[in-house]
Amino acid sequence: MSSPIELQSDETFILNVGPQHPATHGVLRVKMEMNGEYIVEAETVIGYIHRMHEKMGELKTYPQYLMNLSRMDYLGALGYSHGHVLVVEKAAGIEVPERAEYIRAIMVELNRVASHLFWFGAFVMDLGGFSPLMYALQDREHILDMLEAVTGSRLTYCYFRYGGLYNDVDDQFIESARKFIPRMRKSLKKYHTLVTGNIIFRKRLEGVAPLSKETCRKYGASSAVARGSGINFDVRKNEPYSVYPEFDFDVPVYHGCDSLARYNVRMDEIEQSLRIIEQGLDKLPGGPIMPKKKPKIIKPPVGDYYQAVETARGSFGVRLVSDGGKTPYRLKLRSPTYSNMHLFDESCRGMLISDALAFMGSLDLVIPEIDR
Amino acid sequence: MRLTLFNVVAAVIIAIAFAAVNAAYLVWAERRGAARIQRRPGPNINGPFGLLQPPLDGIKLMAKQLTIPGGADKVLFIAAPVLAMFPAIMSFVTIPFSENIVAKNMNVGVLMIFAFAALGSTSLLFAGWSSRNKYAMMASIRAVSQTVAYEIPMLITTITVVMIAGSMDLMEIVHQQSGSFLHWNIFPLLGKSHNILMPLSFLIFFTCTLAETNRSPFDLGEAESELVAGFHTEYGSMGFGLFFMAEYANIVIGSCMTTILFLGGWGCPFGLFPGVWWFILKLYLLIATFIWIRWTFPRTTIYGLLNLSWKILIPLSLFNLLLTAGLLKVF
Repeated sequence: MSSPIELQSDETFILNVGPQHPATHGVLRVKMEMNGEYIVEAETVIGYIHRMHEKMGELKTYPQYLMNLSRMDYLGALGYSHGHVLVVEKAAGIEVPERAEYIRAIMVELNRVASHLFWFGAFVMDLGGFSPLMYALQDREHILDMLEAVTGSRLTYCYFRYGGLYNDVDDQFIESARKFIPRMRKSLKKYHTLVTGNIIFRKRLEGVAPLSKETCRKYGASSAVARGSGINFDVRKNEPYSVYPEFDFDVPVYHGCDSLARYNVRMDEIEQSLRIIEQGLDKLPGGPIMPKKKPKIIKPPVGDYYQAVETARGSFGVRLVSDGGKTPYRLKLRSPTYSNMHLFDESCRGMLISDALAFMGSLDLVIPEIDR
Repeated sequence: MRLTLFNVVAAVIIAIAFAAVNAAYLVWAERRGAARIQRRPGPNINGPFGLLQPPLDGIKLMAKQLTIPGGADKVLFIAAPVLAMFPAIMSFVTIPFSENIVAKNMNVGVLMIFAFAALGSTSLLFAGWSSRNKYAMMASIRAVSQTVAYEIPMLITTITVVMIAGSMDLMEIVHQQSGSFLHWNIFPLLGKSHNILMPLSFLIFFTCTLAETNRSPFDLGEAESELVAGFHTEYGSMGFGLFFMAEYANIVIGSCMTTILFLGGWGCPFGLFPGVWWFILKLYLLIATFIWIRWTFPRTTIYGLLNLSWKILIPLSLFNLLLTAGLLKVF
């Protein structure tokens, strides 16, 4: 690799990447000051798909707001709903039946696999390989079919209720989920032989876009971005919630700090999610999916509540400030991609544009989730 | 055959028709091939196996308005796609498909084809420069540096073959390889040079053809995830169509050259029934490889590509040239 030539400030030019650029996967805009193919300065501009979800949280009653959360991140929607229902249950003191907790965990993990599969395809497409996207989408299709059969929708689910679930899983779902696990493992092996071992793929990712631990901490990065830089942090392990302590799974951590490490973390996470699903299906207890005692109108007592969950994109936090009314006083959503994305401005300086866009792909950005 | 005006016109028309039909149907083949690789049907609605798709696409493209962006250099903007297609068609004139099927055989056929191939890259430069778009500009600079980097090893390997044949005449090069596949330049055990490193030359030539035609994994000139659509970002209508056709015409020429220089042209692998069918078979097998590679590999970066050319391919091809020259002297 060669390094850029020093140029006068008037010899650079501004390149507007986005908001409708194929690599930004949505409406993210990056203003790049370029020196030939090298980036001198970059500035991410967000807000093109802002829908004021936080304000809606203050205006709507709790049940009315349920469906908003799945509109935040259209790829891993269930994880976000999970965070919200958990914080409201904590605030209002609603007991959740064990069966419902297990089904929630299984669903969230299935959704995480689906999200990571889509990311995998899109990431390889950013690098110029188109076919893996099609393979990944076919595997994702199986998950969406399963989720559709139970939740009623394929992308923006409104499946979790305060205290339980909208619908119980049936034998058919359990059977198809059991069948899916070995099939997905086989596919994973195929992805590794097709993509991970490819020499062009490795050359483009190895040692490219180094992210130090300090940078990750400074920006509050989570998910594979932090775990690819050697930070062993997973909300499911560090601040256990729901039934996650019952499951035996590992948190993949890589110390490469480069794009390849972030790729490897996500690919390993698929395997870990499969392990959780497998155990969840084995341990699934019987019983009701909604609690017997549940307040008709949800009015949490005055207080400040917080709950973090690990979604497909990192640690997602919901802070609920209640004044005892039917609507929250304040509902703050801490979205993981927002923190992950802001690394980009600082880290992409001096990078080639092709490397920078591969780096952006490795951050796994979902723009509606940044803008909320 | 006497060279009359009629003959020349007929030859040129046939060359244009061959280039155009190939370009159109290779798009179809590429889409079907990609679909097969990606486990989806591909175009299959219009006509049997979607065979009517290319003419319909052509009609659609021609019906579109040709927009010229404000501030663009109009003359160059319109000339660029024509300049892309013209050398591609002209190159077909000298390519011998068999003993008899050749529009105009020249004793400097190799030289002419490379001259036209070099012309093709100017069209990319014009397209990028004239459309007044930063992405297009960056892409055209990439495309030109790529062409410069890959024409050198390509020419050096060609010189190796020319040296073995002792002629720049494409017919003569094929004649020299007649016999079984052991006479072919790809592995000439019974040939003139006995250079067992010739497969390396073949690989270098094939890689350079991929890079010359801007095909994946070297499609940096139109890297869609980085530079939107590269040098043809601003082109719509048939301007885009011509670039598209030129790409496929260039693939055909690259494969034709590989067949002639390394795979014995129209010769049969076992010395039986030489004829145009063998040429066509080899040609389309090579093209299928092109399609296969495109849908399997991710893209390299511009620096990976230039490093590959200047640090690996050029020294290797030079070494092979010297080795061949020495072996020819010995035997």
